[in-house]
Amino acid sequence: MPQIEEASYAKYKHLVSERVLTGETMLLNMGPQHPSTHGVLRLVVELDGETVVNAIPEIGYLHTGVEKNMESKTFLKAEVMTDRLDYLNTVGNNLAYCMAVEKLVDLDVPPRAQVIRVIMTELQRIASHLVFLGPFGLDLAAMSMFLYCFREREYIMDIFELCSGQRMMTTYFRPGGVWRDVPEEFESAVRGFLKIFPKRVDEYEALLTKNPIFLDRLVGIGMLDAKTAISYGVTGPMLRASGVDWDLRKARPYMGYEEYEFDVPTRTTGDTFSRYIVRIEEFRESMKIVEQGLKKLKELAGQPTLSANRRFVPPPRAEIGVSMEALIHHFKYWTEGFPAPKNSVYSAVESPRGELGVYMEGDGGPKPHRVHMRTPSFCNLSVINEMVRGHLVADLVAILASVDIVLGDIDR
Amino acid sequence: MDKKIEPIVQTLQETFDATCEEFRGEAHIFVKADQIVDALTLLRDKHEFELLSALTATDYYPQQTPRFHVIYQMSSLAQNTTLQLRVPVAGDQLNVPTVSHIYQTANWREREVNDMFGIVFEGHPDPRKILTPDDLDAHPLRKDFPLGYEEPQFTFNFDDIDLSKIYAKE
Repeated sequence: MPQIEEASYAKYKHLVSERVLTGETMLLNMGPQHPSTHGVLRLVVELDGETVVNAIPEIGYLHTGVEKNMESKTFLKAEVMTDRLDYLNTVGNNLAYCMAVEKLVDLDVPPRAQVIRVIMTELQRIASHLVFLGPFGLDLAAMSMFLYCFREREYIMDIFELCSGQRMMTTYFRPGGVWRDVPEEFESAVRGFLKIFPKRVDEYEALLTKNPIFLDRLVGIGMLDAKTAISYGVTGPMLRASGVDWDLRKARPYMGYEEYEFDVPTRTTGDTFSRYIVRIEEFRESMKIVEQGLKKLKELAGQPTLSANRRFVPPPRAEIGVSMEALIHHFKYWTEGFPAPKNSVYSAVESPRGELGVYMEGDGGPKPHRVHMRTPSFCNLSVINEMVRGHLVADLVAILASVDIVLGDIDR
Repeated sequence: MDKKIEPIVQTLQETFDATCEEFRGEAHIFVKADQIVDALTLLRDKHEFELLSALTATDYYPQQTPRFHVIYQMSSLAQNTTLQLRVPVAGDQLNVPTVSHIYQTANWREREVNDMFGIVFEGHPDPRKILTPDDLDAHPLRKDFPLGYEEPQFTFNFDDIDLSKIYAKE
């Protein structure tokens, strides 16, 4: 039988207060098997009665060595693993990875593929925020929220299945574009979703936003000021809730985001409620972008969805049957892959959780020398101790839910 | 290269005798390990680089000098620009001063690099392991660390592999 490790003073003595020694405060282990830790996070909490003095996150329970694995796979095969990092933002991870590859080998993306990418990532943003909102309600005892949010998420999963054949791990984006054009039913499916979803967001707001019990649990809880947030590398809705207007879609537009009209919702208070309301507003902004994307998609009908640079993209299926060269190319492409220059790039996108950056280094061959995923949840979680000090254990659960962590994203 | 960072690069080159490489419009600036604290302080206080986006490393094994590069990916929110600092680290001299007092985010990031590459950040306030299990005495992202494939069991090698399983030892 392996020894069950207890939260001991010795290991954490430089992180907890002196009062633990005298028995004035106690160390309590929360997780890794705990429903409100949203995965396998372990928190060592120092408690004074019911008040949190310190909360020390222990991560690594979901470490899968994705970065190491990628080094042994070609650029195309390594992409499949990016889906598994942040499993609520699979399409966004593909986008970050593909953009890094495209930057490294200098590959263009046709306009129609860019529009498809934008529509899909914005739908994914809505789906991801729904999985924030559902468990957030659940943690605050608003159980019906969980059921409603997962009901709406199913529409988006269906749209993904329509396009890529997969509900979650799509790998729909490929370096140079997307795997295939969207099917004919795509537009009506997305329009159907856009028709019902605004009403549903109003319903969520009617249930929560003015609910006095809900407000009592959130307003003024878990304050995070902008300076601390930036120092800890916090990005995304958490940073915007602290009053910093920073969104990579606006600041460093990619995939033609500069052509879309949308606002970046911000709040200045930096408490748990503002983190909730910023995400609710992002629902509406994402719907605006999807709406404009559909219009653009119609204008660009019939255009290619994959780059014409055959060095980095496979030949079309129809050509393989009639051209010997295309067949050889197809074979070499999928077995050998394409070489990338011996240099490195860093490219970042705005994921639902914040700045998702990919550091990618080639070594002149078809495999990456090093891939590092700068995942937003990692930094967003590291600031938790600053937010929970002096609050109750029940508030710790609410604050943790408002950070919207994904453990696959943290541990990689 | 972005026009906004050209004077900053020039300042770094003059102050720290740094070299600069450019690729796809990104500036990679090489500084020595003992200058990194001063360089990051200068960037944060004088040039508004408030955000340390990423801190990671890369291994060039079997090359020994320098074997590693520690990479500091900086972002400026005010000026909306990025900059990358790289610190070459020799294979037998794995010490780099910590920057966790300049950017709080470096605390966890340096723990991760230490865990994955074995680079020691001097003066780190919390030098515990972060991602790998406590009993793992290795640095997985080094190039000389095996990927750890499990050999498939066939009829011809079934017994050999069976012997090495944990349950066989009891």
